[in-house]
Amino acid sequence: MSEYLFWIPLLPLLGFLINGLLLGKLPRPVVSAVACVSVGLSFVLSLLLFFELRSLPPAAREIEQVLFTWIAAGSFHVDIAFLLDPLSAVMILVVTGVGFLIHVYSTGYMHHDKDFGRYFAYLNLFTFSMLTLVLANNFLLMFVGWEGVGLCSYLLIGFWFHKKSASDAGKKAFIVNRIGDFGFLLGMFIIFWQVGSLEFKTVMEQAPAMFVAGGGLITAACLLLFVGATGKSAQIPLYVWLPDAMEGPTPVSALIHAATMVTAGVYMIARSSVLYMMAPDALMVVAIIGAATAFFAATIGLAQNDIKRVLAYSTVSQLGYMFLACGVAAFGAGIFHLMTHAFFKALLFLAAGSVIHAMSEKQDMREMGGLKKYLPITYMTMLIATLAIAGIPGLSGFFSKDEILWKAFSSQHGHWLLWLVGFITAGLTAFYMFRLIYMTFHGKERMDEHTRSHIHESPRSMTVPLMALAVLSVIGGYIGMPHIFGVTNYFEEWLAPVVHGPGHQAASHALAAAGADTSMEWALMAASVILVIIAIFVARHFYNKKPEAATAMAEKMSGMKTLLANKYYVDEFYGATVVRPIVNGSLFLWKFVDVVIIDGTINGLAVISRDISEVLRYVQGGKVRNYATVFVAGVIVLVAYFIFG
Amino acid sequence: MDWLTPLIFAPLVGAIILAFVPSKQTETIKGVALIIAIITFILSLFVYAQFDKLGAGMQLTVNVPWITSLGIHYHLGIDGISLLLIVLTTVLTILAILSSWRSITEGVKGFFVSMLILTSGMIGVFCALDLFLFYIFWEVMLIPMYFLIGIWGGPRRVYAAIKFVLFTMFGSLLMLVAILYLYFQYHSFAGVYTFDMLKLMQMPIAINPQHWLFVAFALAFAIKVPLWPFHTWLPDAHVQAPTAGSVILAGVLLKMGTYGFIRIAMPMFPDATATFVPYIAILSVIAIIYGALVSMVQKDIKSLVAFSSVSHMGFVMLGLFALNQEAVQGAVIQMINHGISTGALFLLVGMIYERRHTRLIAEFGGLGKVMPVFSAFFMIVMLSSIGLPFTNGFVGEFLILLGAFKANVWYGVFAATGVILAACYMLWMYQRVVFGKVTNPENEKLTDINWRERIILIPLVVLIFFIGIYPTPLFERTEPAVRQVIAHIEQTRQAKQDLERIDERTLALREGAGLSQKVTEKGVTR
Amino acid sequence: MVPIHAYLMLAMILFGIGAFGVLVSRNVIVMFMSVELMLNAANLVLIAFSRALGVVDGHVFVFLVLAVAAAEAAVGLAMIITIYRNRETINIDRYNLLKW
Repeated sequence: MSEYLFWIPLLPLLGFLINGLLLGKLPRPVVSAVACVSVGLSFVLSLLLFFELRSLPPAAREIEQVLFTWIAAGSFHVDIAFLLDPLSAVMILVVTGVGFLIHVYSTGYMHHDKDFGRYFAYLNLFTFSMLTLVLANNFLLMFVGWEGVGLCSYLLIGFWFHKKSASDAGKKAFIVNRIGDFGFLLGMFIIFWQVGSLEFKTVMEQAPAMFVAGGGLITAACLLLFVGATGKSAQIPLYVWLPDAMEGPTPVSALIHAATMVTAGVYMIARSSVLYMMAPDALMVVAIIGAATAFFAATIGLAQNDIKRVLAYSTVSQLGYMFLACGVAAFGAGIFHLMTHAFFKALLFLAAGSVIHAMSEKQDMREMGGLKKYLPITYMTMLIATLAIAGIPGLSGFFSKDEILWKAFSSQHGHWLLWLVGFITAGLTAFYMFRLIYMTFHGKERMDEHTRSHIHESPRSMTVPLMALAVLSVIGGYIGMPHIFGVTNYFEEWLAPVVHGPGHQAASHALAAAGADTSMEWALMAASVILVIIAIFVARHFYNKKPEAATAMAEKMSGMKTLLANKYYVDEFYGATVVRPIVNGSLFLWKFVDVVIIDGTINGLAVISRDISEVLRYVQGGKVRNYATVFVAGVIVLVAYFIFG
Repeated sequence: MDWLTPLIFAPLVGAIILAFVPSKQTETIKGVALIIAIITFILSLFVYAQFDKLGAGMQLTVNVPWITSLGIHYHLGIDGISLLLIVLTTVLTILAILSSWRSITEGVKGFFVSMLILTSGMIGVFCALDLFLFYIFWEVMLIPMYFLIGIWGGPRRVYAAIKFVLFTMFGSLLMLVAILYLYFQYHSFAGVYTFDMLKLMQMPIAINPQHWLFVAFALAFAIKVPLWPFHTWLPDAHVQAPTAGSVILAGVLLKMGTYGFIRIAMPMFPDATATFVPYIAILSVIAIIYGALVSMVQKDIKSLVAFSSVSHMGFVMLGLFALNQEAVQGAVIQMINHGISTGALFLLVGMIYERRHTRLIAEFGGLGKVMPVFSAFFMIVMLSSIGLPFTNGFVGEFLILLGAFKANVWYGVFAATGVILAACYMLWMYQRVVFGKVTNPENEKLTDINWRERIILIPLVVLIFFIGIYPTPLFERTEPAVRQVIAHIEQTRQAKQDLERIDERTLALREGAGLSQKVTEKGVTR
Repeated sequence: MVPIHAYLMLAMILFGIGAFGVLVSRNVIVMFMSVELMLNAANLVLIAFSRALGVVDGHVFVFLVLAVAAAEAAVGLAMIITIYRNRETINIDRYNLLKW
């Protein structure tokens, strides 16, 4: 079975090639069949391989397949090779599973688009790149997937390229990601020149011997890799592209900008957990950036009126949670949240897509309201996802978020301040998510007549994926329940051979086993649940019961509101401090250095020689007798020289 | 069997045949030129097949005395580096001829004769192992290129052609002086006159003249590359040249500079190379960033691509002067890659120029709607140019950066910013040309690219992905050659360092002795 | 026997007349004739020395020079006629084609 590993990424690639090369020649049903079947088969294969992996003893859970040598020059050698281990197994299941559902959803959502074929070609290409990213057995092949998903993100955000805002957003995403990739590249260089290989297994085995733990080199390498992660996973300071990325079709936002691609940074850090464990300073930076992003993005989410933008900032915020988990060396918790987040956030986006679809492509929540009765399935599924992300006990988000908060508090790399930021953010999350639910589905119907007459529940191809994801959002958490519930955390155990915060996990196991004091964990859990419930009621008060109170409140805090609605003016700040100086500087280089200095020097030399010639040309008067006179004079002088000289 | 002579002279013979075809039969002329280009390409494939990929040193050598009284030999030979560049040349020649099918309407015969003579010159440069022969081919290339720009070029063609020739001539004259110096120096060293590169390479040269010789050669080559700040001829030449001229200029002529460095300047003057590494590396890094920044604000697509060439060739130079196996091999591959990607970019620009007779970015917009196939090709080529993984550009750039990072961390860091900037200028240009609504009514009736144009682009796209995914055949062939160059430089440098160390030690010993003497003197006085 | 210095004297006078003619005359034909005069002055010197020293080299040279002079006369006169047709003058000052 394991020799079929490479088919997992290859199948979507084939789908891309078929749809891409025969663009515009295939009928729509064939296009969607090719796209969905290729990803579906990939998912089936992933499941089979997952069970094969599970049948192996924990220490030997590893399937590696080397295809061929990619680059070999001097001491540098990198293969095209895939590695399936517990970590990548989780990732491929999420990618192909959620990916498949979103493909199916897209057949309904994009049904009226005339670039149907191009859309599915890109989507398949994305799935291929993402699978390459997670299955790579070395940093460089991972980088291939890394840039590949960036490219697909660029193509899909700018899918409706005739819109200036869409192509702008695509370009911004690509360039910001490139800034992150710059860090990733340099991080790889450090690792390669220190270890002599980029293969994950070799690097993780050799790193303890080749790097000084806590030394400058390993810290630099980890921080540089983290720069890459901030680009791809939209963390401070490179998060600015993700909200703009909402210009793309909504299923794309669900797949790329919520469930899979943006979590690549978390995956990469979990994959390099050995390196990060050796660099506590880098871990601390990861944790602080994660917590700060979580809080910062959540506050912006409070004041957005575009339904997708709220979700976008929510994604940034949730990604911050995952980084917070990684930063406190709870890599397993980070990956766990990655998985549950993939379920409920994909669901939120797809449901939002269903709303937008019903609302004739309108996205402003101020023009919605009361949609509950028109879109019952969408409403139910979205409510489930909202409860999950808010962290209501019993749903997937509760387990993963709670684990992160507890680890942030208790881990040896953690700190109560980190916990506090995460805790407040949980309240903010519940508030803005229920604000969204109330503004969209409850209250007065604020849309115009024309739109109202067109509202309809989405077709089966869209609602079935919604329901499937809703089920996953509910049950997804039960594989990773905390120890204090007295059950085994299957998820943590599964990942244990690959990602480990050494010492940390053992300690927590020991704690649970000894039946030690768990009151603190219970107390914190209760506190966050209470906070979430309060937040939900506050949202209900402002946006459902008394909308006028919300307006009054907003007026009182208009300064704050403008600041939040304008996203703290970060885009404007970057524009003024980075973009404009670069463009103006470049103009200066071209118009002054190139044209005036360098060409000026050269043209100056040419002008000087021409001027000299201008003077000398009068010697050539054209009068033959003058020449003859000079000639004779010259002869006389010469003869005189020879005779008398 | 001598494979190289027919390869070099096939286009020249073709040019002579073409000269007898009446000027009015333009279709015949194009056909004959194309057939000759294809024959040359097939010959180059034979050479590729004959080449032993494991063999070190020069292969398929021919060495016949030519002008015996001056010690000039007709000495040809290739290694992996020249092999790849030759195949690139023959491929690009075919595509350049195809691309001129419709765009050249005046003086058709002269154009294709010039193209073929140019091809002979280029292949000759890559094969020559005798400096005299090298210089001849080097200058032979210049004349047809001068005509290509000056006759079939844009409105400012005469200025551009003269600028191109003057820059290049300035460099090659310095090179000629240096060649003659070497020639006489070798006579006083070995008692015979020779221009043979391989023999000259064995001659030890004192450090001071070595520096001057290196500077002379390096200037000639740096102007050709072009290295910042000698690059200003390039945008003018590219913007004014016809499409075929730009393709050959960017694809092959620029490689002459870097080829000259790795074939002549570096192995012949290893000590000087070591001395000048920091200067050239810094200039390369400046070229990378400067070229990228300046191309960001260009208004003409062709000059944007021209400045991006400055940036990309900066990468090649940085790779060569990082002086380690990884970077130099990356640089060699990047020479090929740049030929493919930039050649393809110029072809694409030529295609829209043929339709709209303008290259100003602002004139376009929304081409994705009217020319979808063109836009797809443009996208692929653009991605290869910004070095996306699994396209050719990535393989070269990554190795160069990796090697440069080893040579000096800061070279790697600053050069890597070029990766970001490349994305900025290329994507911005692509957005303004292809994306958006069709705002200019003239763009609405544009036709998508036809089959001839697709046939031109497909081989390049195939190469882009082939080299990006499976570059091993190329690495295998360049590996021995690069290893040899680096080993040669390393050995000579090592020997020199040992000498210095001995000098230091004797100096230290002498000083030590002096000290002890003083001590004893003091002791005595005390 | 005439002494050699007499020949040389004569040659010098002839050469001087020729040079003077070239410099002062404006008539192209006169200039042309003056040039011929200078040429023959040189020939006279060659012959004189050849006779005095008893070697034939001088004779050989003179024959060569005569042949060249004949050709030159033919070409030169042809050029003068062509220019005359163009400019309708034989005034050398009007023939300023060599001007920059």
